[in-house]
Amino acid sequence: MPREAMEYDVVIVGAGPAGLATAIKLKQLDSNLNVCILEKGSEVGAHILSGNVFETKALDELLPKWKEQGAPVKTKVSKEKFLFLGKNKSLSWPTWLLPSVQKNHKNYIISLANLCRWLAEQAEKLGVEIFPGFPASEVLYKEDGSIKGVATLDMGLDKEGKKKEGYQEGMEIHAKVTVFAEGCRGHLGKQIIKKYNLDSGKNPQQYGIGFKEIWEVSDQQHQEGLVMHTAGWPLDNKTYGGSFVYHAEKKQIYIGYVIGLDYQNPHLSPFDEFQRFKTHKDIKKMLEGGKRIAFGARALIEGGIQSLPKMHMPGGLLIGCDAGTLNMPKIKGSHTAMKSGIIAAETINENFKNKKELSIYEDKFKKSWAYKELHQARNVKPSFSWGLIFGIIYTGLDQILFRGKLPFTLKHKHADHKALKPANQMSAIDYPKPDGKITFDKTSSVFLTGTNHTENQPVHLKLKDPNLPINYTLKEYNEPAQRYCPVGVYEIQENKFVINSQNCIHCKTCDIKEPSQNITWVVPEGGGGPKYGNM
Amino acid sequence: MKILVAVKRVIDYNVQIRVKEDGTGVQTDNVKMSTNPPDDNAIEEAVKLKESGKAKEVIAITVGEEKAQETVRKALAVGADRGIHVKADSYIEPLGVAKILKKVVEKEKPDIIFMGKQAIDDDCNQTGQMLASLLGWPQGTFASKIELQDKSIHVTREIDEGLETIEINLPAIITCDLRLNEPRYASLPNIMKAKKKPIEQLIAKDLGVDISNRIQQLKVEEPPKRKGGIKVSSVAELVSKLKNEAKVI
Repeated sequence: MPREAMEYDVVIVGAGPAGLATAIKLKQLDSNLNVCILEKGSEVGAHILSGNVFETKALDELLPKWKEQGAPVKTKVSKEKFLFLGKNKSLSWPTWLLPSVQKNHKNYIISLANLCRWLAEQAEKLGVEIFPGFPASEVLYKEDGSIKGVATLDMGLDKEGKKKEGYQEGMEIHAKVTVFAEGCRGHLGKQIIKKYNLDSGKNPQQYGIGFKEIWEVSDQQHQEGLVMHTAGWPLDNKTYGGSFVYHAEKKQIYIGYVIGLDYQNPHLSPFDEFQRFKTHKDIKKMLEGGKRIAFGARALIEGGIQSLPKMHMPGGLLIGCDAGTLNMPKIKGSHTAMKSGIIAAETINENFKNKKELSIYEDKFKKSWAYKELHQARNVKPSFSWGLIFGIIYTGLDQILFRGKLPFTLKHKHADHKALKPANQMSAIDYPKPDGKITFDKTSSVFLTGTNHTENQPVHLKLKDPNLPINYTLKEYNEPAQRYCPVGVYEIQENKFVINSQNCIHCKTCDIKEPSQNITWVVPEGGGGPKYGNM
Repeated sequence: MKILVAVKRVIDYNVQIRVKEDGTGVQTDNVKMSTNPPDDNAIEEAVKLKESGKAKEVIAITVGEEKAQETVRKALAVGADRGIHVKADSYIEPLGVAKILKKVVEKEKPDIIFMGKQAIDDDCNQTGQMLASLLGWPQGTFASKIELQDKSIHVTREIDEGLETIEINLPAIITCDLRLNEPRYASLPNIMKAKKKPIEQLIAKDLGVDISNRIQQLKVEEPPKRKGGIKVSSVAELVSKLKNEAKVI
């Protein structure tokens, strides 16, 4: 029996900044359009995690009166710092020597989750239908190979895939245009990139894993509006990464760490590097006596335009970081994601009204400021494959002297999962034990994410070969899943590979970094996953 | 037969509760809120009775701030016919809520009232019992199974000693245990339909009942942190530590 189906003009997968911007712009251009958004989180914002220092350029274009309308964009950046950390010392880099892309004086420190909640309210006021708790689990195709829409996941299946009491079959959403805006490494995005060869001729995508904690600290430790970044310790010269420390409203500090997933040492634990980073004397003093109130992690895009796939296909568009529009040297992606969504809406509008092909997206995006800044930024991340020091020297020349105008483009050589070296060739890392005050273990951290998945449901982390972890990955790489997963989903217990999928926080790192690409992340039952507050 | 189901909006059970710094309560800003879990069982049971033809109408009611409507909306999405939102801007104690419900019951005249056995926020476990007393109706609390008879209802209750089955006459109040049933998922088309179902809004303070709070809350604080355990090498050491250090035996 065919599943039930609903018809829309446009269905958008994912209520993040890109998807919400698309929906709002679509309704502004034509209020008669039927637009819906499917969101896997239990509410809008529940799966949003970002630094975030926000550049308002795209928001200014989308909702010019955002200030009067009460957008949660309030804390202006008032002071900036950049530190190079050594184990026991730090060197402050003068801000006038920072490339202009890293200057933030016009930007705001925000919670992206809260901004998305607010954008969702604006979208609903315009008549957009948003369905949180309904993950799109499947792409539907027409006979001619174009995209027909998406289907939501069946709810109420047990571990073996049998129907439980209360079972609810998924349904089909058909639309003239389907917009994929799932964020970095979206699981449908991954499928359509492959099906339509959207990445042909592009460099392999590059990723990072980002951690974030929110701390409540005392007045003396807090300087609202201060934005600080660091590079260096505890990472070695070969590993790309750095921290952010943003002093937000309500005496909160947003502190986080990003590590490039092209790291080579399988013994490295991104989670523990972040914890260790907080023990640096210059960081610790900002947190001591304070309280950690939130924790989370999410993979992010680092590939830039070299890795940016084609963003259109018959019947569909791929936008935001589902494609990969983050600007790495700027450490920002929300504004470019929103801009890619605005352009998607304009493209769809022209498609509906003037029968223009969706492929006009390409040209429209290339003419936008979003593409220009990605082009200018393109050589920064690849230059760090020469190590931190050369990377910084090159970036200085490229970004300050030549402003990204050097007439060549550096390449990303290989995909992140190919970067690991065998465990016996790399040195083990001895991470200090967490003290429960500044540094914490994974168990207490996952608790703060509020993540949960109904226990008796099919495991949403699929192994292509269930024996590979023990037979190969453990021997060759000491099974790095035990370390790259930020919340300890993967464990080796008595020579068995255990997947604690109920702890998953949907960061997608395993799907990216597993050396044989043996793990596939698929959507779990709706409403599962983290319940982030103001992340 | 008409059924009234009372539902409450609470902090989602997966969220780690944080106490406000000034000790006046718990943090609810930017916190995921959901329907109180046993209230989902209450709605499910009412909808089942309707589906089996035994009940004609299911009304969902909540007392709370503007956003508490979401909880009624969710009940409508899984099968309730209409909703009532009694708007109250601040916390009302169980007695106040029971008085408000009594007022609505007098108007709607339901045959059964379902509600969760307790709410997971204040864990009072009082509203159902107080309402039964105010109305002079029989009550079946902590229900894990019900069987509707002609003019009565058999209620199996989860009690300390095991299970107890009682027969009570209608109209009656049933407070539901999590074991009562498996709440269904709302389907997308039903969520859309629920948006069009009516929700009547009443204002708590205009109902003519005394809803003033009678309990003065002094302070809300976190329980003390648990100390880490230690490993002992022998039974003798364990016994000695229990005797001399923990002083529990």
